This record gives sequence, C-alpha cells and structure tokens, in this order.
Amino acid sequence: MKRILVGIKRVVDANVRIRVNPDGTGVMTDGVKMAINPFDEIALEEALRIKERGAADEVVVVSIGVAEAQQQLRTALAMGADRALHVKSDAPVEPLTAARVFLQLIAREEPFLVILGKQAIDDDNSQTGPMLAALWNRPQATFASKIELAAGTARVTREVDAGLETIEVDLPAVMTTDLRLNEPRYVKLPDIMKAKKKPLDTLTLAELGVEPRTQLKLVRFEPPSQRQKGVLVKDAAELVGELRKRGVI
Amino acid sequence: MAQILIIAEHDGATLNPATAKCVTCARALPDAAITIVVCAADASAVAAQAARLAGVERVVMLENPANAEPLAALIAPQIVALAGAFTHLFGPSTTFGKDLMPRVAALLDCAQVSNIMAVEDATHFRRPTYAGNAIVTVESRAGERLVGTVRTASFEAAGGGGAAAIESVRLDVALPTHTRFLRRAAAKADRPDLQSATRVISGGRALGSAENFKILYELADELGAAVGASRAAVDAGFAANDMQVGQTGKIIAPELYIAIGISGAIQHLTGITDARTIVAINKDAEAPIFEIADFGLVGDLFQIVPELQRLVAGSRAVKAD
Repeated sequence: MKRILVGIKRVVDANVRIRVNPDGTGVMTDGVKMAINPFDEIALEEALRIKERGAADEVVVVSIGVAEAQQQLRTALAMGADRALHVKSDAPVEPLTAARVFLQLIAREEPFLVILGKQAIDDDNSQTGPMLAALWNRPQATFASKIELAAGTARVTREVDAGLETIEVDLPAVMTTDLRLNEPRYVKLPDIMKAKKKPLDTLTLAELGVEPRTQLKLVRFEPPSQRQKGVLVKDAAELVGELRKRGVI
Repeated sequence: MAQILIIAEHDGATLNPATAKCVTCARALPDAAITIVVCAADASAVAAQAARLAGVERVVMLENPANAEPLAALIAPQIVALAGAFTHLFGPSTTFGKDLMPRVAALLDCAQVSNIMAVEDATHFRRPTYAGNAIVTVESRAGERLVGTVRTASFEAAGGGGAAAIESVRLDVALPTHTRFLRRAAAKADRPDLQSATRVISGGRALGSAENFKILYELADELGAAVGASRAAVDAGFAANDMQVGQTGKIIAPELYIAIGISGAIQHLTGITDARTIVAINKDAEAPIFEIADFGLVGDLFQIVPELQRLVAGSRAVKAD
C-alpha cells in the first residue's frame, strides 16, 4: 500500500480579523470561523493529485488538537482523503511534540511521503516539517512549488529567497508546501455526505507514547504597535515634494 | 553567559546581510559571546567577511565539498556536532534559516523560537504570530539550549571593524546522501536585493499583467529601488515568487516602500510594517493600505507611475548639473 500522510491543522480562518484578548493570554476565538490551515489544504490537494495519477493508493489525514478539529478532518475527507486520524489534545502542542506524534504515526502507517504545510497561519512557526524529517532521519523538501515523483525518488522545486531551487530526494521523505504548488479543489455537497461514512479514528498522545512537552511558555500576547495614518496628497508632484522633504528620495 | 552560535547564510562568495542582523539580535542577550559558523566548500572569503562584524569573537569554518550548497539535511548534523557548549543557536528567518534551524533543533531535542523580533533577556523573546496581529512574549527554560530564527527586519545590521579569530574545524560526521542539489534558477542580479534594499516598489493585482510591471521597473531604476509584489500579483503570474512580500513571503524594512495597486491585506501589511516611510498609490480610496501609509495618493496608477518617473528623473538631472 503506497500511502501519503498529510497534516491538517485547525486554525482561525485567514479572513478573520484577529484581536488579542483583554487579559493578554491569547487571541479571541469565541464564535470565530475556523478552517483548515491554507498550506495544509495545499498539502492535501497535492496528495490527492498524486493518488489520482496512480502514484499512491491511500491518503491519510492527521490532525492533532481539540475535539472540534474533527470538523476540519471531515472537510479533508470530503475533499477526497481516504481516512482520518485525530490525535486528541486539549492543549496546543509545540512543533517538536507534533513532530514526535507524526513520527509515531509514521511507524504505524509506513507512508512513502508525508506532506505538511510550510507554516500554520496562527503560530507562524514554520518548524514541524523539518523537525519531523530530522527525527525520522529522512530528507526534507520545504517550500515546495512543484513535486515530481519517480521510482524511489522525488524532484522538488522549492521557493527560496533567491528564486527557485530544485533538489532530488530519496523516498520516503517529508515535504512542506508553498502557495504556488497547486490550487485546492472546492468541496462538493455529495462529497460531504460521503465523507460522513469514511473512517475517522481517534487516538490519544498517551496511546502513541508521546509525552507532550512545554518548552516555551507564552507569557503574554499584545497587539502590535500601530502605524499612524498619514496624509493624502493630491498628485504625483506633491508626493515627490513630500518625499524630498523627508529626505527619502 | 550566553554562548551564541550563528549559522552564516551566504552564496559561497558573499555573506548574506541577514547574518549581520542576527549578530545584532545576539548582542542583545546578556554577556553574549558570539561565534559564527560558515559551512561551505571553500569558506575563506565568507569567513573573512564574518570576522569583520562588530561583536563577533570567533568564526569557525566547516569546509567540505558537500557544503557547496546549503542543504539542511547535510548541514544540520554538522551544526549539531559543533553545538557543544553553545546555549543559543541562531539563524536568519529567511528560507535558508527556516529550512535549517528546525532540523537542528529537533536533532538537539530543544525548542525553537521563530522570528525573534526583540530580546528581553537570555530566556525572554518577542515574536509575531497571526500574521503580525498578535505579538507574543515567550519564555524558554533557563539552562536549556535554545534555537532561534531572527526576524531580520527587526534588527539593524551589525557594523564592521571587528577582527574575530578564524579557525577551521574538521568534524567526523557521516553525512547523508539522500538529498541532492540539482539547480537554482536565480532572480536577475542586476537589481537591488529585495530583502536588503533601502527602497522598494511593490505592485499588486491592479497592475493587470506581467507586461505592465515594466512601469514599476522603470520607476525602480530611477530610484535605485528593488521591486516586490503582493501575493495576489504573484499568484496571478505577474511577478516571480521570490518577489512576494508579506506573511508567507519576505518581511522587509526599507527606508521607503511604495505600494502600487496593492489594497493592503493584513498578510501583506505584516511584511512592511517596519518600513520607515510607506507610500500607497491606489484608485480605491477605501483600500486598507491607506490606513498605514504615511503618504497616500488616490488615482490611476497607469497615469501616476509614469509621472512619478518623470518627476524623479527630471530632478536627478537637475542635481547632476
């Protein structure tokens, strides 16, 4: 069975205006729309396309988090994943703990490919993929914008600061997705019905033998310092005049 | 005392300016003793540049033909072998650092603080989350080693004038062969680098086509500016991926940022909040970019941009006389 494991994180929807809560312990999440982390959606889409090309047999989605994360797993099943694993954790887990969870799931599922988002848009950490690859002692191909599979290897084009870089990795490997890898499909209503019948298993961290560690304490959250709104100028000449006055041109 | 190891970013010949910013971040820790490590096939030129950075005590060269390209899977085990007594390991929050540092952290079984924007002491750091909408202060465990990536837009580059000792270290580390570099399609080098340019001009979806980006390049040439783009413009194929500014692209801090035809989604704004002066040109007076711009100009960019170009070009000619 050629299997792909995909990580799905439940995050505040990208279009929600984020506000720090009054006691500074986090951001307001009550009644806020939640969604699959956009990069994880891209990861799932890529896995589905690989399966549709016949290069994989099964796509398994994994989410670590609160009970409600099952909503995002159901959406992932409706997109086309074959089955889902929910690793229950009421407290958020740090990236290294998430990587250790995935490592245990890899031992059980034996995937030839693990695809994760390059970052989650809540913590903006960008850590779990490389951490998992390190623990697994396997290659990593981060910020992927193109994935070409061959027998036992993959060529991955990566979006790096200098442009586009292409590397070749032996499989199995961990890949993380960038924005231009693909455009995720929309979920169709009949698929949502079908997804209800697909298997969704729940596991605990203890069952996986993972002791969650909190190595970083989140002391306080604050809103960012705001820039002052400036002035409107009437035309290009006035703009150039103002910029000269400031000495920036 | 903080013993800090900074992993140099470079292209084999030149030290990336991001490294000098990591040095400034590291110097903010109490009693910082700073070492820079240069992994390369031939590290001497880059090591010499690193040794001149003020505040650096030591530069270590890890020379190996396998280090010709910065592959995280190969570099990480070497950094781990060198980690010894270092209390903090820092790299820039660039694609190089984001790829490498978590791999190092996992091998060392320690936590990573990503995108450090301020240092309070050896265990307290501030970093942006939620696309910069919430700044969180994190506390690492005293006495535990810590890996960090440095949000380069938050720190000035360390100055020169230093004279750190340079040494070559030979490590006995088996390197994996499972990851191989094939090629890099680099951006055009005839323009200022987006991440270190003092002036940046960015275009959004309103430009309408890759062809129309030309007018931005022409204005940029007059001002000696780098050219960036919003995610919408990159997704639409108007601009290359390495030009994307914002939460998931590049975080920049130029002296002057001119946003042209960019509405100002929060994901974009988080990439430019450290710019000294922000100019917005947009035909929609309600665009959120105007909320943070120092100077706003409402109008048709296809008229305004060529006019701006004429104005700045004309003045330069006058000065030259």
